[in-house]
Amino acid sequence: MTAPADRHSWLVLALLLVLAALPLLAPGYYVQFATKILLMGIAAMALNLVVGFGGLVSLCHGAFFGLAGYVLALTAPRYDPAALWWSLPFAVAAVALVALVIGALSLRTRGLYFIMVTLAFGEMLFYLFQDAGFAGGSDGTFIHYKPELAVAGLTLVDLEAPAQFFWLVLALAAGVILLLRHLLAAPFGRALRAARDNERRARALGFPIYRLQLGAFVLSGALTALAGYFAAAQFGFVAPQMLGWHLSAILLVMVVLGGLRTVAGPLLGAAALMGLEEVLKLATEHWKLVEGLAIIGIVLVSPAGLRRLATAAFGASASGGEHLAAPPRSTAEDTTATDRSIRHA
Amino acid sequence: MGGPPQRETPRPLLPGHGSMDLQTFAVQLLNGVQYGLVLFLVASGLTLIFGILGVINLAHGAFYMLGAYLAYWLTAATGSFWLALAGGVAIAFCLGLALEQLLVRRLYGRDHLTQVLMSYGLILVIDEARQILFGKDVHSVAAPALLAGGIRLTDLQTYPVYRLAVCIFCLLVAVGVFLLIHRTRIGMIVRAGAENREMTRALGIPFDTVNRTVFAAGIALAALAGLVVAPISTVFPGMGDGMLILSFVVVVLGGIGSVAGAAIGALLVGLTDTFGKVFFPSLSSMLIYVVMALVLIWRPTGILGRREA
Repeated sequence: MTAPADRHSWLVLALLLVLAALPLLAPGYYVQFATKILLMGIAAMALNLVVGFGGLVSLCHGAFFGLAGYVLALTAPRYDPAALWWSLPFAVAAVALVALVIGALSLRTRGLYFIMVTLAFGEMLFYLFQDAGFAGGSDGTFIHYKPELAVAGLTLVDLEAPAQFFWLVLALAAGVILLLRHLLAAPFGRALRAARDNERRARALGFPIYRLQLGAFVLSGALTALAGYFAAAQFGFVAPQMLGWHLSAILLVMVVLGGLRTVAGPLLGAAALMGLEEVLKLATEHWKLVEGLAIIGIVLVSPAGLRRLATAAFGASASGGEHLAAPPRSTAEDTTATDRSIRHA
Repeated sequence: MGGPPQRETPRPLLPGHGSMDLQTFAVQLLNGVQYGLVLFLVASGLTLIFGILGVINLAHGAFYMLGAYLAYWLTAATGSFWLALAGGVAIAFCLGLALEQLLVRRLYGRDHLTQVLMSYGLILVIDEARQILFGKDVHSVAAPALLAGGIRLTDLQTYPVYRLAVCIFCLLVAVGVFLLIHRTRIGMIVRAGAENREMTRALGIPFDTVNRTVFAAGIALAALAGLVVAPISTVFPGMGDGMLILSFVVVVLGGIGSVAGAAIGALLVGLTDTFGKVFFPSLSSMLIYVVMALVLIWRPTGILGRREA
């Protein structure tokens, strides 16, 4: 088993560095769109910690994403911006706590049950906010001001300015890549992957599987919350749909598109899927039909093909520009191991 | 967005918490059982597809939604609810056969992630197809004239005949499914397949046909539930989502692949939801999940589930 810290995530980091020049070159719309991609990418990378490296298919990460936005909306003062210093840690901690409870219950199950149980608990949060009176119910609620990042009255980053918002999110994405790389190379990550590849053996070796997986689940939830917090701040609005499981499924598509075994791949998956959606929306009113068919088509290609396809797609575009997704090593062997682990998980 | 289809359940006047009279209790019990029975139709198909094909089908709720829209469309087109019922089930069954042949067949033995994504793609396609064919308007379907009207309970309360008919009909279907699986040769093959796929194949059972029929029957059951529910619920685009989640809860409660478990789970969810709305209106949407959490702590593989899932 090779370390997941492949060259590929360095390439993505380099790409992010280049991308930092975007606000100087492109109009505001593209900067905001890139911000959205980065936020979804962070959530997808966070989800991949559980799916790709933990072998656990979770369908409640959309709820974590939306919940963080709701925490921001509910804790922000009505006529003033919220202070990022405390509202962000509070939102992340709140979601981590929820993830702890959901994870503790869901991890009692495996395989199909895990998928269904995470889906059900995620939807529980959806219905809670949909039916609740305290957060605008099904209409959702506005966040009138972006959070304020200031020390002693001095604004460090002005989030009302799209360019600064973008740079902050860009830095976060880079930070998440580095953190995940570090974690996965550490004993924690190695043990997590061991449990994915052969749970019985890992257990026999004395790894505390349950605690490892719960730790990964909570961390993954917290990082998803980070993305959800800023996404809500960017939209200036939260609604129950942002908690729904369709978002979880979309994040899974991004993960698979980008590569299950890579740290930064899901970020590229997010860019690919959101780019595709944008193009389809321009082309046809029924873009979801095409997107659905595209997802089915991608899945129908052989198991290894999911990644081969992503590599081919990025590889084709990379010939002209950056090498976005350098083919991961030992494709076939790697992928069959993923299949096996997910099926057996 | 989705929600349990019977949100508009006529809520009887209650004197206060706890002091529910027998009549009100009986009406609520009937509502809960009826809701549970409809849920069973959807969940039994889901659990069979899980148990026998080993496929997780997120698009199951979409077929329920499709059933309701078929009820609306076919009733309008043919003028008869009964024709709509028969036609809708036939269309759903054929759709199931075609989908199994085209797509689902390729999912056997594949990892769950692939199945999740494929069926998610299918949801997008079905939703958009519904949009193109039927639009996104909310519709209502009239109950057939034969079953219109209500049974008078007291001066103030009546109970719709149609709801009672739904109860009886679903119960008959449930008994039929149960007998089919536990008392017939086809059922024996199905059970054998769920128990040990390779061994069944080795014994020369035409498993491809069995798979295709089970998938199509599961889809037809979900559509049937949508069809019979159409006159007592509004027909709206997001109705499949809520049903999907609830039938997942039912399968988790009952245990994957167990039709009897699905029956227990469905009644548990139906009664919890109905009585939850009466006694704890503010918590009702959460209550089902609390029950699910408790069952998970007690038995992680469901009430009638096998240890190894």
